[in-house]
Amino acid sequence: MFKSLTKNDKYAHYGFLFVLPFFIIMAIFIIYPILNTIYLSFTVWEGATIPPKWVGLQNYLRLFKEIKEGGIFLQSIKNTWILWICNVIPQFVGALALAVLLTDKHNKIKGKEFFRAIFYLPNIITMASIAALFSFLLGWPHGAINDILVGLNILKEPFYFLQNVWATRLSISTILTWMWFGYTMIIFMAGIKAIPEELFEAARVDGASKWQTFKSVTLPQLRSIMTYQVVTSIIGGLSMYDLPQVLTNGTGAPLNSVTTMVMYIYRQGFSNYSLGYASAVAIGLFLHILVVVAIFLKFINKKEDY
Amino acid sequence: MSTLTVRKSRSPFKIGILDIILYIFLIGLAIVCFLPFYFMIINATHNNAAIAQGLNFLPGKYTWANYTKMSERINIWRGFLNSFIVSGVGTALLAYFGTLTAYGFSKYKFLGNKTLFWVILCSMMIPPQLSVIGFYDVVQKLKLLNNHLALILPMIASAQFVYFVRLYLDAALPDSIIESARIDGASEFGIFNRMVLPIASPSIATMGMFNFINSWNQLLVPQIVLRKEALQTVPILVANAKGIYRTDYAAASMAIALSVVPILIAFAFFSKRIIGGVTAGAVKG
Repeated sequence: MFKSLTKNDKYAHYGFLFVLPFFIIMAIFIIYPILNTIYLSFTVWEGATIPPKWVGLQNYLRLFKEIKEGGIFLQSIKNTWILWICNVIPQFVGALALAVLLTDKHNKIKGKEFFRAIFYLPNIITMASIAALFSFLLGWPHGAINDILVGLNILKEPFYFLQNVWATRLSISTILTWMWFGYTMIIFMAGIKAIPEELFEAARVDGASKWQTFKSVTLPQLRSIMTYQVVTSIIGGLSMYDLPQVLTNGTGAPLNSVTTMVMYIYRQGFSNYSLGYASAVAIGLFLHILVVVAIFLKFINKKEDY
Repeated sequence: MSTLTVRKSRSPFKIGILDIILYIFLIGLAIVCFLPFYFMIINATHNNAAIAQGLNFLPGKYTWANYTKMSERINIWRGFLNSFIVSGVGTALLAYFGTLTAYGFSKYKFLGNKTLFWVILCSMMIPPQLSVIGFYDVVQKLKLLNNHLALILPMIASAQFVYFVRLYLDAALPDSIIESARIDGASEFGIFNRMVLPIASPSIATMGMFNFINSWNQLLVPQIVLRKEALQTVPILVANAKGIYRTDYAAASMAIALSVVPILIAFAFFSKRIIGGVTAGAVKG
């Protein structure tokens, strides 16, 4: 990576100078806030001018109590997982199928670029706008979705989606799938394109069927890119906030059934001004993500040994 | 689905049918991707009575009336200006300092080069939502609450930007060019400003656009930093509009449509570059 030029130590200090501004900003706005959140999680702090007061493990004891007694924190963990899983499975399966379809060399699809762009479109629109938009589309009695379903005789009468626990959850998951399948598809397409052509040729010479080729060439070759995708999706999914927050005006209604962990942090921190407790929730969420990712990677690596 | 085996069967008719099904499916999916935005834009041109009666497929005549009603409560143009200040200035600063950082990592073997680069890679894995309370505290201590700088400055520390531009410079900037510039007497900063920046510009454009969009769409952090309405960005205004116009669908639709249309237009022009940014981030996997 470092070639002849970099051996020339005469200039090395310039490199340090060049990366310095980046790291000053990073230290102030990324690293310090993380350490600060850890510190604040051991305090009671009501914000504004009153300084935080050290209380040791009190916030964490409250967290465990909430988990044990089934408080909203436990509920928010469950909700976040439900929303993520119901979205990620159809999203990945659909994205993979579409990626295979659109990269197929023997059946060139016309307008590939167009489809790729339009499938990706929902992903770049502001999530707050999407949430507001769907709160009207899912409206009752006259949202577009009710109008269509009743018009097609799928429903007899308008259904109040956002007052039913599972309808709200599945609506959010479906919107997330709709927003992200194009993004995931693009990444899988890039991954498939990077697979050496000889592997497909060899499979063809061996007379492998479409499905066999997919199973024994495409899928194993996509392994690292899929692992990466799952990890980033876990991290992003478990820090979900914008969509359920705006769709339910921050209430997580009905009955906190879509209150996510980050929504809970925001509510505790900036509605209840229990910033110390909110920090403890954030650290809890961080450890949660860390453990999940570690287990997932361990599981993946174990499978690789076969 | 339809390819290899179908090809072997040599039946042009069969190919035809499978292809038609395939295209109908793809076009249907494309419509699903666009339809919600279409309904929102159409609703923004109707009054509440028309919206309440059922689905509208064609534009109505209440565009201006809805716009006037919306403007009474929300200054969306102010929101656009705020969003542009935050995302625009932030992206410009990132373009300069981020490239400077990428160049530093790419071409100078200073002490701690590898360690610091590793720190950057790790920071990509930590979602900013988690340290939001600590961030709020820092912003407050720096007296940057209700100040756009609290959102602009952190944009400089974009790990993806540095990662990708560095890869680009590793490949596109030969050491010999820098050597010969030095022999000609150019200063290190001069080399960066006059040679490295232009050479890196394709990667800067790709990642710059990616970061601009990311910043534009942020909700949580701006919500915490910008409490004054006159400073708030478009996503916050849209999130609030939903509450303000609880029953006034027409006015709210107008606000939402206005927040979406500029992105649709920008995407129509830059979709290739934007998608290039997505792919750029993926290849590292």
